[in-house]
Amino acid sequence: MAEKLYTRDAYGKALVELGKQNPDIVVLDCDLSGSTRTAMFAKEFPDRFFNFGVAEQNMMATAAGLASCGKTVFASTFAIFASGRAWDQVRNSICTNNFNVKIVATHGGLTVGPDGCSHHAIEDIALMRAIPANMTIIVPCDAEETTQAIFAAANTPGPMYIRLGRPKVLTITGKKEFKIGKSYTLREGNDVAIIACGIMVEQALAAALKLQEDGIQARVINMHTIRPVDSEVIIKAAEETKGIVVCEEHIKTGGLGSAVDDAVTINKPTYVARVGIANRFGQSGESEELLQEYCLTVKDIVKACKQILG
Amino acid sequence: MKVSDETIKKLEDKARNLRKDVIAMLSAAGSGHPGGSLSSADIVSALYFNVLRHDPKNRKWPERDRFHLSKGHACPILYAALAESGYFPREELLKLRKLGSLLQGHPDRRTPGIEVASGSLGQGLSVGLGMSLAARIDKLNYRVYVLLGDGELQEGNIWEAAMAASHYKCDSLCAIVDYNGFQIDGKVSEVMNIEPLADKWKAFGWNVISIDGHNMKEILGGFDEAAKVKGKPTVIIAKTVKGKGVSFMEHVADFHGRAPTESETKQALKDLE
Repeated sequence: MAEKLYTRDAYGKALVELGKQNPDIVVLDCDLSGSTRTAMFAKEFPDRFFNFGVAEQNMMATAAGLASCGKTVFASTFAIFASGRAWDQVRNSICTNNFNVKIVATHGGLTVGPDGCSHHAIEDIALMRAIPANMTIIVPCDAEETTQAIFAAANTPGPMYIRLGRPKVLTITGKKEFKIGKSYTLREGNDVAIIACGIMVEQALAAALKLQEDGIQARVINMHTIRPVDSEVIIKAAEETKGIVVCEEHIKTGGLGSAVDDAVTINKPTYVARVGIANRFGQSGESEELLQEYCLTVKDIVKACKQILG
Repeated sequence: MKVSDETIKKLEDKARNLRKDVIAMLSAAGSGHPGGSLSSADIVSALYFNVLRHDPKNRKWPERDRFHLSKGHACPILYAALAESGYFPREELLKLRKLGSLLQGHPDRRTPGIEVASGSLGQGLSVGLGMSLAARIDKLNYRVYVLLGDGELQEGNIWEAAMAASHYKCDSLCAIVDYNGFQIDGKVSEVMNIEPLADKWKAFGWNVISIDGHNMKEILGGFDEAAKVKGKPTVIIAKTVKGKGVSFMEHVADFHGRAPTESETKQALKDLE
């Protein structure tokens, strides 16, 4: 079995590399630099790293001030705080100005585990998608994709929200060329399409293998960019398969499921099933237990696909 | 600091004209915030026509001083100062708050001379902190001025920024509190008391200067002193009068966010002659 890696490690390493290339890269954190891995940048470039303590609102609005002076700012904390605690600062100080601030939020979703509900960001994508314009949203599925997403973010103007997880994950994407807004089709198939992001991509691939045992060919799409979403590939999937199953470690409303639904509703209505979190808060438990409890497993994806196929 | 009477007179005249512009703009717009614009007119006049190093013809000059209006609802006074400085034609002033206007109801970057949008209170001191940190990284010696409202100081974000600016010893950062004593629902002291204000800033590690915000000599003296302080940020607590200069608006909470009627406009402009 392939080695599992932390996406956060990939982030920290990418930041150090970017710091060497570009003197305008500035990194901010809120007392979580060890967990988010911005500490790696802080060690190399102490003059371009600022820790704000436990004060996320200040961090986001300060990021706007730095960006107004030409800096490319990476601001990190846990996803629950980055998206919720400082939402108004993100909207009004960063996004309305279209500033170059990259919010890299770690510990997204349920797989934060035992810390429980208060630390489970399961609505963060919805919060960021609700901002009326310009917030690019990326949810990488593995360490390699994270590295590429961070470099792409640094070289693309405007605000971004990049969601990383806590646990180690398998490398799935390999060295594919990463483009913001361009999904990867990891597996072809015309019976049903599974569109996933983040940790659910690995589950989606496993589900496709299970389905194959029953003679069902599932297409698997890694939709790493939630906004702007790859409508072309979604519409193609709607046209060429009998339905779409969207898988995300997020509530069913407002995230990737809604983005896919928006694309098909306008262009090519089809059956869109959602494997996501139903109207509930998180709770303590180990990651694997929580994925089972909240119906985010291979079994759940297989079931959703079979329901579409009747 | 020695300032000539001529300079004082010039800045006072400018302030009076800015006030007249504010009344005309709000009257034409039919909505907006006169009280806090009038209370900060002398401070804004001192900044734009004396203190700030800026060049309307070279807006991206990296060493320009930064001004950020954290109390964004007072933007009419800022727009008047920007027009007078030459950032955009004066005709634009009467388009305030209209669809498609350069001059939005709260500051926006589409307006030449506006560095960062504002309007959601409490964020501007952080924005100024970011500008100050950027100056440090770039080894530039520009200064950063942030105008805060008194009611705005009730926002927690302000104190997060105050703590951080002091922690990072941002001596290029100067905050000004337009302490006019009123907010939408009434007296600041009654809605949510912010006193003892100077002690609060001192406790957060700031250099504190208290002035009369309508005395031009004191205003200029405050900015001059602030620029000399090293190792800590400075806050200038400027005691002001809400609605200053217009008899029936002074000390009246209602004029925080109400435009003058036609007859009120006439009276206001008369008061300002």
